[in-house]
Amino acid sequence: MSQFDGAGGGFQFDLLERNEKLKEKGYRVPVARKTGTTIVGLVFREGVVLGADTRATSDTTVFDKNCEKIHYIAPNIYCCGAGTAADTENTTALVSSQLQLHRLNSGRESRVTTALTLLKRMLFRYQGYVSAALVLGGVDFYGPHLYTVYPHGSTDRLPFVTMGSGSLAAMSVFESKYKDDMSREEAEKLVYEAISAGIYNDLGSGGNVDLCVITRGQTEYLRGYAKENERKFRKPQGYSFPIGTTSILSSTFEKSFVPTPLVSDPESSSTMAVD
Amino acid sequence: MWNASVVAVPATESIQRPDFMPYQNNGGTVVAIGGEDYCIVSATTRLGLGFAIPTRNVCRYSILNNRVVLATAGMFADTVTLHKVIKARVKIYEEQQDKPFELRSAAQLLSNTLYYRRFFPYYTFNVLGGLDEDGQGFVYGFDAIGSGEKVKVVCNGTGQALIQPILDNQVERKQQYENKQITNLSLEEALDLVKDVFTSAGERDIYTGDAVDICIITKQRGVFVETFQLKQD
Repeated sequence: MSQFDGAGGGFQFDLLERNEKLKEKGYRVPVARKTGTTIVGLVFREGVVLGADTRATSDTTVFDKNCEKIHYIAPNIYCCGAGTAADTENTTALVSSQLQLHRLNSGRESRVTTALTLLKRMLFRYQGYVSAALVLGGVDFYGPHLYTVYPHGSTDRLPFVTMGSGSLAAMSVFESKYKDDMSREEAEKLVYEAISAGIYNDLGSGGNVDLCVITRGQTEYLRGYAKENERKFRKPQGYSFPIGTTSILSSTFEKSFVPTPLVSDPESSSTMAVD
Repeated sequence: MWNASVVAVPATESIQRPDFMPYQNNGGTVVAIGGEDYCIVSATTRLGLGFAIPTRNVCRYSILNNRVVLATAGMFADTVTLHKVIKARVKIYEEQQDKPFELRSAAQLLSNTLYYRRFFPYYTFNVLGGLDEDGQGFVYGFDAIGSGEKVKVVCNGTGQALIQPILDNQVERKQQYENKQITNLSLEEALDLVKDVFTSAGERDIYTGDAVDICIITKQRGVFVETFQLKQD
């Protein structure tokens, strides 16, 4: 299949053979941006709370200090993503689009289990090579639902879940403080604490706390619920570079570029007149 | 006559044993600036290991005497051992010679100590700072096996790639053609610069954070240490 013929659907593997040869010759494969992440979900009395930190890393460097890890799936369903940033973004966007079309066809609200099935089918098909570890939450006709989806396509259904490199730190908070039938305020606070545990104790996680609270008929996306990691210090006098800091070694003068008139012939332009 | 049964273990078949992994990277960043009559030697206090933070407050510097300070990034176990060795040698020297250990002597001692382990190095990235014989601030930056030189400003460790270019530009005015001579930053300006570069590195390097110990070396006060807080995330 040629590179320009994308009608088959799925990924294109045209360059695989070439890239293997390049690898043999010593070219290095580009590294993908990972979201060494803390993401969590929690079921409470009226719905679910999803939480995420906002750090995206590549090896030991922070790429993005304030990225969005809670992705839109449907008005009543959201999904936190950990793993390779591109995989989580595209997988959730693809499923989101399939559900939108499904809603337009059926005229009904999307169900969380539908999103779950689409996600796990997609991830299983790619045998773990699409590295997306997800926390899927939402409220539908049957009530609140919370799931985790692993990169190979297996899923869990639990009252509280954590994922990503900070999942152990976050889970220790849940395991010590979770109780059934929490109020919304309690649930928000517990999710905030779990994400904070990841932010402070896991080097792959950091930045702010994002929350998403989904109840029946209402979704509240609380971007920047807590911002405890803003920059603290700046050099008082700042940095200034007076004009002339970089010396001009030589200079030439050329006539500046004059854009060509749309109509170059004055004869024909007169015919353009509109009266 | 060659007998196949004599060869018990074919050459291709290796014996299974756990990998010997003597090194680990604990991260950390160290910066040193030499001024007219002062020297600043600073080191972060976070001890990282993989994605974990075993400790937020380790001491990566050693005050060798009242005018020389050593700071080390890299593997912390090697840092502790190296500092122990250096401090012992400095003490022996000062007892025997009855005079303070000079900055350049400390640099030579450190270089020899590191190169002595040429083929099984201390996994350490050192900066040495202090006042030289003339009372001027100078620093030395070393690689893991003892190569180093006397300069005005140096950074080592995980934040090196982020910090060194800024120090070159601000302290030595590198890339600023009209202003190429070394500008003499005052102690206060240099301190603000150090705090700023550590804050910036803390934003982008996951192994730089928690706090930074700043040793200020002057003739009048000797070595004075202050701790500057960085972000905990």
